[in-house]
Amino acid sequence: MADLPTQRDETLGGYIVHNIPFPAGPAGTIDAQMQAFLKSLTPISIEQEYKITYLHSYAQDSPWFAALTNRRLLASQNPQSGYTYANPRGHDMYSGENTVWIDITDRKASIHAFTVCYFGSEEFLPETPFILALIEFEGVDTLLLTRLLGVDPFTPTLDWIGMEVTPRFLRNSKLKPTDVYFIPK
Amino acid sequence: MRPVYVVSGGVSKFAKSRPDKTFQAIVKEAYDYAIADLSIDFPTFTHLVDGSVASYFSDHFTRQLMAGIMVQDYLGLCPKPGHRVEGGGATGGLCFQEAWKSVASGHMDVCVAYGFETMSHVETWKGNEFIALASDVSFDYPVGGFYSGYYAMMVTRHMKEYDTTVEQMAYVSVKNHINAYHNPYAQKRNRYTVEDVRNAPMVAWPLTRLDICVMSDGAACTILASEEGVHRLESAGANIPRPLVKITGIGRGTDAMRMADRPHVSYDDFMENYATEQERNSEETREYYAQLWEHGTRYPGVHSFRAGRTAGNMAYRMAGIHDPLHELDFIELHDAYTSSEIQTYEDLGLCRYGEGGPFAQSGKVFMPGIDYGLDLASAPVCPVNPSGGLIACGHPVGATGLMQAVFAAWQIQGTIGKHFKDSTLQVKDARHGAIHSHAGTGTYVTVSILARED
Repeated sequence: MADLPTQRDETLGGYIVHNIPFPAGPAGTIDAQMQAFLKSLTPISIEQEYKITYLHSYAQDSPWFAALTNRRLLASQNPQSGYTYANPRGHDMYSGENTVWIDITDRKASIHAFTVCYFGSEEFLPETPFILALIEFEGVDTLLLTRLLGVDPFTPTLDWIGMEVTPRFLRNSKLKPTDVYFIPK
Repeated sequence: MRPVYVVSGGVSKFAKSRPDKTFQAIVKEAYDYAIADLSIDFPTFTHLVDGSVASYFSDHFTRQLMAGIMVQDYLGLCPKPGHRVEGGGATGGLCFQEAWKSVASGHMDVCVAYGFETMSHVETWKGNEFIALASDVSFDYPVGGFYSGYYAMMVTRHMKEYDTTVEQMAYVSVKNHINAYHNPYAQKRNRYTVEDVRNAPMVAWPLTRLDICVMSDGAACTILASEEGVHRLESAGANIPRPLVKITGIGRGTDAMRMADRPHVSYDDFMENYATEQERNSEETREYYAQLWEHGTRYPGVHSFRAGRTAGNMAYRMAGIHDPLHELDFIELHDAYTSSEIQTYEDLGLCRYGEGGPFAQSGKVFMPGIDYGLDLASAPVCPVNPSGGLIACGHPVGATGLMQAVFAAWQIQGTIGKHFKDSTLQVKDARHGAIHSHAGTGTYVTVSILARED
């Protein structure tokens, strides 16, 4: 039988720790005093990193993103009822039928609701303060969540609701819904 | 379905951080309390319990898949049946109802529902990111995923539609924080004023830090039993207070993940499918809603939660509740935001849609005998969140709905004084209570009715 390793290699990574307390006593014995010491030991916390790259498919919603790269805004419509979703949706929730794409780039649009985020999730913290808005479009039954620019995030007012807005598109597409944003018309 | 009773419960202290114990051991705090309150020992209960339902929201917070089975194992419940439920912020409420199903169906006679969340393992902004992943990652999250932002958009619409004010929202914060002053389980036990709430740092306009619940580490546990289960526990020496606490109504509703996709239905559709029994039966209210629609209101839009209205109507029907404001003695509802408490008053039919703001300020949902430092026009009618709610107790997501169930059971048992070591929050002669658990931007909502069995 070949010589097999019986000792793990030490690596440079890990924690260099000094004087983590441990009660003194003979090996093989935990007496009452040691027991009490161990039960009161301050918790040991370590860092654990968790990083993943996903390959995310927009699948049947992909044409919506393709449109943004061409400065067009699409919506989904049930051709029978005319019910129209501002967000892409492959099937109508009422009939179960396939939807078709329609172009709403030039539709009259206005702010339905909004907020200014002065704080946020880690990914968006560098962008604070930013304005989130729900946009309503003429002839469209549902809303679109987007970013609003062109108004002062430090002086928000309910008067912004109802304000007419128009879409703008990023020149360098990121293939994200933020490739379109809205500004006051 | 068989009658189901809440026979015991326990809650861990909710805290910003609990590095001293693993999530399993935090659950055990609540579990041990519930068993001890039955006056039986651990091995006896282990022998008598048929199975469990586990509740926790996010695998991200624990960085541990199948954490539920680790709790099951730690509690000594293996190899009994168990499963985990997950439905965002409503996870605890769903868990409670799944345990009810297990007993009501005859599958189990004694079922334990336990839940937890340990949210302190990441920084607050990373926690916000995890929570925001409970929004569509293709279309909503990338725009600026942040739940406080989503709720702030809802409330700007509510303010525009109904003239709701930020001061009315602040009344909710003052009430819930001062209630929690008497609740030793609560994370935040502070006396605030309306000015304090409005002067707190702005998070997402118009919501300040004191309009929003906090992240927590914590656990809760309830024990449900059939009549046979009650008999089995008592035969083994358990002390179950009389009258029993019976679950008389269960309701659930759902709505689209993307709140932008929610419909804006007609008046006729609203009256037929969403109006409460009280609203439908009142000519004056039908006229009130006709005028709202005349002025452009549509339902639910983003200002209302039809999942909550659906869950409430369903639970009321089952429990035989016709006038919730006057027939319920208290409600523990999901106040992740002061604004969502106001929205939920309307969903649960405590007032009509559009009247939530003035209703919050009226005094009807405050506790009697507590000085809030506010000028309240009406006497208390149905205290809402006597415990302090999520805003003050904290919101360890998987535990929250079960915490509500425990506090509600204690209210109906009349044992708040025993458990809180302070009787201030005991609702006098509490016979009927509701608990309300809410996920996402109103995607899953549960309502359960608990009642004293006389």
